[in-house]
Amino acid sequence: MEYNDISEFSRTWGLVYLVAMFLAGILYAFWPRNKSKFDHAAQIPLEDD
Amino acid sequence: MTRETTAKARLSIDGWVTAAALVIGIFYAILTAARTEDPLMSIHAYIFAGAFLLGIFAIIKAYYDSSEHQANKPADAPVEYNLDVIKAGVIASVFWGIAGFLAGDTLAFQLAYPDLNFDVSFFNFGRLRPLHTSAVIFAFGGNVLIATSFYVVQRTCKARMPGDFAPWFVFWGYQLFIVIAATGYLMGITQSKEYAEPEWYADIWLTIVWVVYLFVFLGTLWKRREPHIYVANWFYLAFIATVAMLHIINNLTVPVSWTSTKSYILFAGVQDALVQWWYGHNAVGFFLTAGFLGIMYYFVPKRAGRPVYSYRLSIVHFWSLIFMYIWAGPHHLHYTALPDWAQTLGMTFSIMLWMPSWGGMINGLMTLSGAWDKLRTDPVLRMLVVSIAFYGMSTFEGPVMAIKAVNSLSHYTDWTIGHVHSGALGWVAFVSFGALYCLVPWLWNRTQLYSLKLVSYHFWIATFGILLYITSMWVSGILQGLMWRAYDELGFLEYSFVETVEAMNPLYWIRAIGGAFFLIGALIMAYNLWRTARGDVREERRLLSPESVPSPVAAE
Amino acid sequence: MIKHEIFEKNSIVLLIGILLVVSIGGLIEIAPLFYLESTIEKVKGMRPYSPLELAGRNIYIREGCTSCHSQMIRSLRDEVERYGPYSLAAESMYDHPFLWGSKRTGPDLARVGGKYSDEWHTEHLLNPRGIVPESIMPGYPFLLENPLSYKDIKEHLVSNKMVGVPYTDEMIETAMDDVRTQVDPDADTDGLLARYPKAQVRDFDGNPKVLSEMDALIAYLQMLGTLVDFSAYQADGPNQR
Repeated sequence: MEYNDISEFSRTWGLVYLVAMFLAGILYAFWPRNKSKFDHAAQIPLEDD
Repeated sequence: MTRETTAKARLSIDGWVTAAALVIGIFYAILTAARTEDPLMSIHAYIFAGAFLLGIFAIIKAYYDSSEHQANKPADAPVEYNLDVIKAGVIASVFWGIAGFLAGDTLAFQLAYPDLNFDVSFFNFGRLRPLHTSAVIFAFGGNVLIATSFYVVQRTCKARMPGDFAPWFVFWGYQLFIVIAATGYLMGITQSKEYAEPEWYADIWLTIVWVVYLFVFLGTLWKRREPHIYVANWFYLAFIATVAMLHIINNLTVPVSWTSTKSYILFAGVQDALVQWWYGHNAVGFFLTAGFLGIMYYFVPKRAGRPVYSYRLSIVHFWSLIFMYIWAGPHHLHYTALPDWAQTLGMTFSIMLWMPSWGGMINGLMTLSGAWDKLRTDPVLRMLVVSIAFYGMSTFEGPVMAIKAVNSLSHYTDWTIGHVHSGALGWVAFVSFGALYCLVPWLWNRTQLYSLKLVSYHFWIATFGILLYITSMWVSGILQGLMWRAYDELGFLEYSFVETVEAMNPLYWIRAIGGAFFLIGALIMAYNLWRTARGDVREERRLLSPESVPSPVAAE
Repeated sequence: MIKHEIFEKNSIVLLIGILLVVSIGGLIEIAPLFYLESTIEKVKGMRPYSPLELAGRNIYIREGCTSCHSQMIRSLRDEVERYGPYSLAAESMYDHPFLWGSKRTGPDLARVGGKYSDEWHTEHLLNPRGIVPESIMPGYPFLLENPLSYKDIKEHLVSNKMVGVPYTDEMIETAMDDVRTQVDPDADTDGLLARYPKAQVRDFDGNPKVLSEMDALIAYLQMLGTLVDFSAYQADGPNQR
């Protein structure tokens, strides 16, 4: 394995991987239907039991 | 929770398993002590055997006590949280914290006045240094993380931790690891890999303890009555799981024999260096950051009485933080024999790491929006908020220092030490102190702390100490870095090495004094928490603003 | 969208997600280091530590010397002028563990071998401020009193062999004798020098009667950076700044 092979891989698939990870995280956090669940989850520490 | 009708002594399954394992452990430890030719190994084997024996006594005692304990419990009773082990964790945290700060300040005075080494093997700087780092990171920080994670996961899941003995095994097993590691350092047993100094047998023991910890935590999640897993638990889970991975890989080693304290690491040279700093930096990222962010995401909203500023941001924060941290290690190896591509990769991700770090900081700080006035009346909340500010400061400084050009100056100098301590004292210790001030009244069922004024004293004394510490280390680091690379007009290096050492001396005194302030603050806290646990309340006028109502445990 | 339920409601999926995210990064970064041939240069002169040097290295580790002394000269002009040619990856290829260090409270030691005499080292380790008044190093007088414990030195070489250091069966067989031979100027050293070229043979601590920990430590310090001949080495690596 040579340095160039790795460099090539990181500039193609590596980039795709990073962008995909980023988009997945953002989509998940900002998907409109998740909002109510997140709002509820945020209250968990404050609930008395 | 099953209801027992007959009051008969009984032992849960995890009690039997623990007892059986401890018996095997005792035999193995005694066998090792008998076979070894290494006196240090026999000392450690006897410590193990003694600890296991105490564990068996504890289980036997619990067995006989259990018949009295089974009072009639209605089926719909509220969750009975396991709080005793958390109390123990709080006490251990305070104890190890003070021990670790004391060790650190001793080292600081040794650097300022080297005769304090006394030239005795076990008191020399080289052996005390890992004692300090392990005591503050693993003994103090680790106990805070175990105690708070046990508390947070039970509360946010509305479920009791599984097992009667497993949580106690985690707690006492972890203390045993600390004792083995610490006594080992003093006797000269070390792998010399920073923050991974304990030798192979201590590492194996920690792995066992850690796996049980993971399962206690997961088991609580499985039992939860709440559909969602609250985000603080994400951070705790990432901390537990990733630290397990890091610990195992960085400690792959071949012992000289099964009865020797010495082993040789599997990796060599440059590969070992990268594995070590992949471990080392992620010890910062997942132990000292992710775990303590778990504390932030529970205790700050709880204390402020408002939900976290943006739950969405906390999700982005979580995934981006754990994704990026794992790459950042090579910035510890700039301009070394590590290949350039790895250095560049480490630098790039370190700089990107600034974003998620500040996202988390903003999320923590903005939780206070609309309740900023509480900062004036509640010194505990003030401590938590200032810890987040320090987190922001050191996570800005970190990426700057990861830039190769800056690192060429800062590396090998006290700038790194100052940076670490702005994070360790300002962020990790302060957020821990804040959590401890919250936990003690909750756990011991007290309406309020013994004294908010003492909290305020602690806050100001410790903050002053931190400022002395980090400013003196900035100056000494940059000064020494510049002196090392200074040239005279003839083109020769201007200073000999020892001249740069001499120049550090006044700054070392300032640092040592700063550390003493920090230690005094922690002693004040210990006194305050002890009086709180006893149920005392100090007569004192309200702080600062008489018209505002103090709300130390408003959320409870 | 089902995704939220996956992460939030299922702890095992959350755990696997975490492990995937953190392991891929480390894997991509660390694995190439083992496969890229350019990681470690091919240089002449590198050999495993002699048994005495290895024992000395273990004392260096035991006393935590690496807390304050680096063994990694960076490719920066002032460092090369102060300490010598910048360190090569090959120079630590037999180091389990590596001892590059992270802090220079004292100077770098990667090339300290041969820079000072044995007497200097002995006196300096006994009482650093007796030699360098401004030094803040602790003293190590106990090293001179402690006889070196090397009865299991063979096992040490065997463990090193298991992690990849090319100790031969002959080296392992003669390890005990090699420790003694290296501190005995009158001994027949042909075998030792054939196994460990450039090994320095003499009594290091000024007390021929006792084979002390001081002997081993100084033997280690005196060989640091002396194996590779830099007058013959063609630097082709990272550029100096």
